[in-house]
Amino acid sequence: MQDWEVVIGLEIHAQLTTHTKIFSGSPIAYGAEPNSQANLLDLGMPGQLPVLNKAVIPKAIRFGLAVGANIGRRSVFDRKNYFYPDLPKGYQTSQFTYPIVEDGGSLDIEVDGQTRRIGITRAHLEEDAGKSIHDAFPGMTGVDLNRAGTPLLEIVSEPDMRSAQEAVAYARKMHELVQFLDICDGNMQEGSFRVDSNVSIHKPGTPFGTRAELKNINSFRFIEQAIEFEIERQIEIVESGGEVIQETRLYDPERNETRSMREKEEANDYRYFPCPDLLPVVIEQTDIDQEARAMPELPDAKRVRYQENWGLSQEDAQMLTASRAMADYFETLVDLTGEAKKAANWVMGDLSKALNQDGLTIDRSPVSAKMLAGLMARVDDGTISGKMAKQVFAAMWAGEGHADDVIEAKGLKQITDEGAIGEMVDRVLAEHPDQVAAYQAGQEKMLGFFVGQVMKASKGQANPAQVNAVLKARLAQA
Amino acid sequence: MHNLSLKTLSERLQSRELTSVALTQHFLDRIARFDGELNAFVTVTPELALEMAQAADAKLDRGEGHRLTGIPVAHKDIFCTLDVKTSCGSKMLNNFLSPYDAAVVEKLKSLDMPMLGKTNMDEFAMGSSTESSYYGRTLNPWDHRAVPGGSSGGSAAAVAAGLAPVATGSDTGGSIRQPAAFCGISGIKPTYGAVSRYGMIAYASSFDQGGPMARSAEDAAWLLEAMAGLDERDSTSVALASTDYSRDLSRSVQGMKVGVPEEYFSEGLEADVAETVQQAIGELEKLGAEIVRIHLPNKDLAVSSYYVLAPAEASSNLSRFDGVRYGHRCEAPKDLNDLYTRSRSEGFGDEVKRRIMVGTYVLSEGYYDAYYRKAQKLRRLVRDDFVKAFEQCDLIVGPVAPSVAFDIGEKTDDPVSMYLADLYTIPVNLAGLPAMSIPAGFARGRPVGLHIVGPYFEEHKILQLAHQYQQVTDWHHAVATDYR
Repeated sequence: MQDWEVVIGLEIHAQLTTHTKIFSGSPIAYGAEPNSQANLLDLGMPGQLPVLNKAVIPKAIRFGLAVGANIGRRSVFDRKNYFYPDLPKGYQTSQFTYPIVEDGGSLDIEVDGQTRRIGITRAHLEEDAGKSIHDAFPGMTGVDLNRAGTPLLEIVSEPDMRSAQEAVAYARKMHELVQFLDICDGNMQEGSFRVDSNVSIHKPGTPFGTRAELKNINSFRFIEQAIEFEIERQIEIVESGGEVIQETRLYDPERNETRSMREKEEANDYRYFPCPDLLPVVIEQTDIDQEARAMPELPDAKRVRYQENWGLSQEDAQMLTASRAMADYFETLVDLTGEAKKAANWVMGDLSKALNQDGLTIDRSPVSAKMLAGLMARVDDGTISGKMAKQVFAAMWAGEGHADDVIEAKGLKQITDEGAIGEMVDRVLAEHPDQVAAYQAGQEKMLGFFVGQVMKASKGQANPAQVNAVLKARLAQA
Repeated sequence: MHNLSLKTLSERLQSRELTSVALTQHFLDRIARFDGELNAFVTVTPELALEMAQAADAKLDRGEGHRLTGIPVAHKDIFCTLDVKTSCGSKMLNNFLSPYDAAVVEKLKSLDMPMLGKTNMDEFAMGSSTESSYYGRTLNPWDHRAVPGGSSGGSAAAVAAGLAPVATGSDTGGSIRQPAAFCGISGIKPTYGAVSRYGMIAYASSFDQGGPMARSAEDAAWLLEAMAGLDERDSTSVALASTDYSRDLSRSVQGMKVGVPEEYFSEGLEADVAETVQQAIGELEKLGAEIVRIHLPNKDLAVSSYYVLAPAEASSNLSRFDGVRYGHRCEAPKDLNDLYTRSRSEGFGDEVKRRIMVGTYVLSEGYYDAYYRKAQKLRRLVRDDFVKAFEQCDLIVGPVAPSVAFDIGEKTDDPVSMYLADLYTIPVNLAGLPAMSIPAGFARGRPVGLHIVGPYFEEHKILQLAHQYQQVTDWHHAVATDYR
């Protein structure tokens, strides 16, 4: 029997990084007291009128350009009408017929070494709804309108993905892109980046099957699990003669299953029509040109440059572009030191480890790129050894100051005096005549043993390269 | 004192021979005396009015203030007024104290115009007779058997009866002009965008426009000047080149081309109204205006277009009245759906429900193209008619309504005949043009209005023609016997 083909399209809601809401002057900050960030407009008071926050326009244009889409030169806000307590006006202001980002866009993803191009149907601006709180007041529902009116860019993909892995690769890539473009902070826990998946199955060559929508899943791992579960569920239904129904399903990560939401979605007719309170958004070519000029280097381009110009491996380039902040940090470090590979090792090694341990993002690192460059310079000029540098880094991380301060305070200066090193070498060789004999009999790997002994004798402060050189010379003479 | 022009009141206030407190008290006394029967007001605010009058007097004593300072005003209950009940004529908002002032209210407050109260209106401005108000019907001061028109019937009756020197109104399909005509006063609907809609409870947002209702064209010009201007809080508000609407009042209309649309004198227009309007046009000719015949061929499409588009917008605009955050909420709802259904069923009257249902229907999937989209096309045709007409004339004149004020109860069971009462005013709202009604005589003892329509942002020209007409006629000075 022919296999089932999975068809997945994603709708991603990216919260745009603005200071105020899309149609009101209320601030946007996560976690504020309920309804403390809702003004008269957000409360849906009679007579209140929306005024577009123009800061969202360049962000949407930037996104459109980054994915190669056509920019809607005259986009129109529509009202999507439905009743819900967390929707104070009884309609959501969105863009239906004329979105700000039109067709033509795409994103390349890589799964199992294969590159696939995923089409982007459109992206439109809209306002978020508030939150209904069902568990705070016995027998009642609370409504928090702080989130109502938060600006969103809803990015709709073509149904081009054929597996949960592809869907997650696309979602991750989009997540990375919106952060690089500086239009969304990407915080999935706080709901700044929400992924809805439309999943269906069919036999290749036949029309698409009925899709189910998996909503509001807040981690990539859960997206993958939810889609996997949903595919199995649909195959089971169809193979046992049933029919998939079009519905919205919620994923329960604890049970690893999807469950049908209330059926309220089904018969909804949103009665879209142009919002008479808002003017169409007219975008001039100059607006587009301006965003094109300000377009930051995108992650794919960075990865190519890291590999071609700086000789980094593909894996390293991938890791160093995991976020814009990471790439910015790394590039600053390279600029300051001129040492791409060493910089990469620091960022991916000690720095990443420390960040992980303290649960920090790189933009909050207590050791700035400039400070780390100062430390690398001391290794480079031989003041300290690589091993000592790790110790210095730990001290810098703990807030003990710049590299030079730490080196000074801890007396960590490397011993580079030829005479002093010579004395230590002589002493070690004298204490280990058997090993010297073995070395001279051809066991050259004994060299490491001697280096270790000398370093130990110097309490780690001897310059290892010098130790090496002196040892070799003395052993050759002896 | 209640029949004096704003200009005279202003002079007496500025010279301090009259205090704002005395003037305000005079109108409050008249409201107390007459409004029990007339019912022009939903809410009277005597304490607030006198407090504001005192503040106005203090300013005037110091030689400060604007020419409108100290002159009381009544606001249509569609404008939000801080801490004062703002009902929009509905049970839905019977308990609603607005937490803020509408832009128009704010502007007039900043000029220290004491607010007398809030005037009655058709519920959510949906109606042409002020009979659909939850707060009872308002009588026409000229004939208590007649409606005052609507939806700004309370403001029209208040000004006509001398209960307020001037009032605000709003006009979505004729709601300033038709009651102005029915009550024999002067009311102007400005160009869409001239007066901020911020704080004016929305009925049909792409049509709604606030404006003044006054005893004369000059008074209307004065108040409009204070109401108009760019407001960043209303995205459809327009930066105006000038708000000096009085600038051309005293200029002659000699040589002005006044268009008379042939279609406006066809069947449906009552003969005595037609005759009165023709006489008024004769006066304009005597003033030196050149009368030109014009055509507005798509006039008959306007009412159909309007009664698709306005309800469509209304159905969405009124969704916020859901019983969740403010306004009427039903007793003991058993679930969310029950809360919505009963709160709205109890809170809204029949005409509002009718328009919400029509609006919901025309926007529904499968009907949108047949109704909403088609109505938008008609709207463009109607607008294009006017654009073409204004290539041949400076202003257009005609009747405001097909009849004089009809009797109370006459049309309440026949919504379509009520809708047709706005057949001359609606096209202007579809096009977003400025237009005015001024008193032009009487038929069967009830006032007849003359409709003057102008090109975009040429309110000053409309007011010029109106004022010049009022220099040679006395209709605007007429006051119903009981209210002299």
